[in-house]
Amino acid sequence: MQQRPPGAPRDAGAVPRAKAHAFSALLHRSPRLRLAALLTAPAGWLVLVYIAALAALLITAFWTVDTFTGEVSTVWTTENIVTVLTDPVYQRITLRTLWIAVAVTVIDMILALPIAFFIAKVASARWEKLLVVAVLMPLWASYLVKAYAWRNVLAEGGLLEWLGAPIGLSSPGYGETAVILTLSYIWLPYMILPIYAGFDRVPDSLLEASGDLGAKPLTTMRLVMLPLLVPSIIAGTIFTFSLSLGDYITAQIVGGTTQMLGTVVYANVGAANNLPFAAAVSLVPIAIIMFYLFIVRRTGALNNL
Amino acid sequence: MRLSRSAKAVLGVVSGLVLLFIYTPLMLVVVNSFNADRTFGWPPKGFTLEWWGKAFDSPGVRDAVVSSLWVAVVATVISLVLGTLLAMSLQRYKFFGRDIISLLVILPIALPGVVTGIALNNMFTTILGVPLSLWTVVIAHATFCMVTVFNNVIARLRRTSAGLEEASADLGAGVFTTFGLVTFPQLRSALLAGGLLAFALSFDEIIVTTFTIGAGETTLPIWILQNLFRPNQAPVVNVVAVVLIVVSIVPIWLAQRLSGDSVGVSGARVKAD
Repeated sequence: MQQRPPGAPRDAGAVPRAKAHAFSALLHRSPRLRLAALLTAPAGWLVLVYIAALAALLITAFWTVDTFTGEVSTVWTTENIVTVLTDPVYQRITLRTLWIAVAVTVIDMILALPIAFFIAKVASARWEKLLVVAVLMPLWASYLVKAYAWRNVLAEGGLLEWLGAPIGLSSPGYGETAVILTLSYIWLPYMILPIYAGFDRVPDSLLEASGDLGAKPLTTMRLVMLPLLVPSIIAGTIFTFSLSLGDYITAQIVGGTTQMLGTVVYANVGAANNLPFAAAVSLVPIAIIMFYLFIVRRTGALNNL
Repeated sequence: MRLSRSAKAVLGVVSGLVLLFIYTPLMLVVVNSFNADRTFGWPPKGFTLEWWGKAFDSPGVRDAVVSSLWVAVVATVISLVLGTLLAMSLQRYKFFGRDIISLLVILPIALPGVVTGIALNNMFTTILGVPLSLWTVVIAHATFCMVTVFNNVIARLRRTSAGLEEASADLGAGVFTTFGLVTFPQLRSALLAGGLLAFALSFDEIIVTTFTIGAGETTLPIWILQNLFRPNQAPVVNVVAVVLIVVSIVPIWLAQRLSGDSVGVSGARVKAD
């Protein structure tokens, strides 16, 4: 509080200032009150906006839509869930989405391992810093723009066709392959960074000891480095896998007619106007991700995120 | 482990190729925004600034820019306030449920965007009956932008001691004076970094936005999505895409220089969804 200079005329602000002073003194006396003042707004926001929304999503999955009015009616049914799980159309979409997510994860792992190793263990300190920034920067470029960029790359008469022409390759066009390529591209930095951090944490002395004991580089990699690296690799797969699982924008932009779980969710929110069904479909990726997190929990990967 | 010279060279070449793979598509968009040929075949046929001029003259693009800026600024302000309050309460106090709340705050970035999107959409339209507008987008964005502010502020608080605040109180400063004269100056650059990240996140977010935006409203990413499949709009889409790249990368770059705390991959996740 700023002190009023002695003799200064009482101004209109004096009364509220006195109140603020009393409030400040009250807060000072009670740490509990201070905590409540700090915590109420943000915790309230998270619970009222986000947790309530997730809970409502779960509940809505068990409601239906009135076919006449198009309004959501609160009649309880497991029909949506049953349809999602048993209808061959949705089973196919679920399997396709899973396949895309697994393929993206494997491709990213193969691409990320050598560059992460190079940055952490081969490059000089100056280059290491530069390369990390070079990998990190595009991570922040808009996801939408990256998918759009691939629409350009894959286009008829585009860059990929021009590059592939001399060696007799053509662009795969828009479809499932394009989705896998584009998603691998978009999530690649998310795989490189945790693996790089993992390599970086492996002490050089350990590798030297292995070499001194007669192991060839490949043996050292397999027996010393890889086991230490598993949590980091899994941390990377959590990103690539779960982010691919929820995607629908990429499928829309380069996928042609390819449908993923996200596509179905979006279509049912918009055009088909069947929120309960969309909610039921969205529970599938949530369940798969939770299951995956549950399996990998014990590897310690979650601390590497 | 001693790698042979050739093994190192091979690794270097592979890394170079991966980087090329990372940068080529983005560069292609930049090049195409100056490509005189409407079909954007490769190689480009000529240089033009026509599309940039068209983009600046397009009222649709201008409106979208204004909406995006408005949403990003309001969401950033809200997340600055909430993220700071949350970080201060979790770092400086011990209380029942603290672990649950620190888990809660990362949930909006831990789940795929499509889940956050539909959950909020359902909340607004079915449960509350609130019509979707730009305000609903702001609420959605603030929910996940809070995380970046929270991360930056809590990292800074961990490195500063609560002793200074106690000293200030011992010397007779009130709670607000202590915050204004002691805590805030220490947090300033962390707040700026968190705020810039929040701004960048909100500015080009697309998935959650498609689920929470009112009919007839467009942000810049929504504008791209709507015009992507219209061949005669393609040149302008390229320009807008370049603008999005620049507007999202520059604040991140600034934030990294400011904060000194590395901006980790989990902070970036939001971006992705």
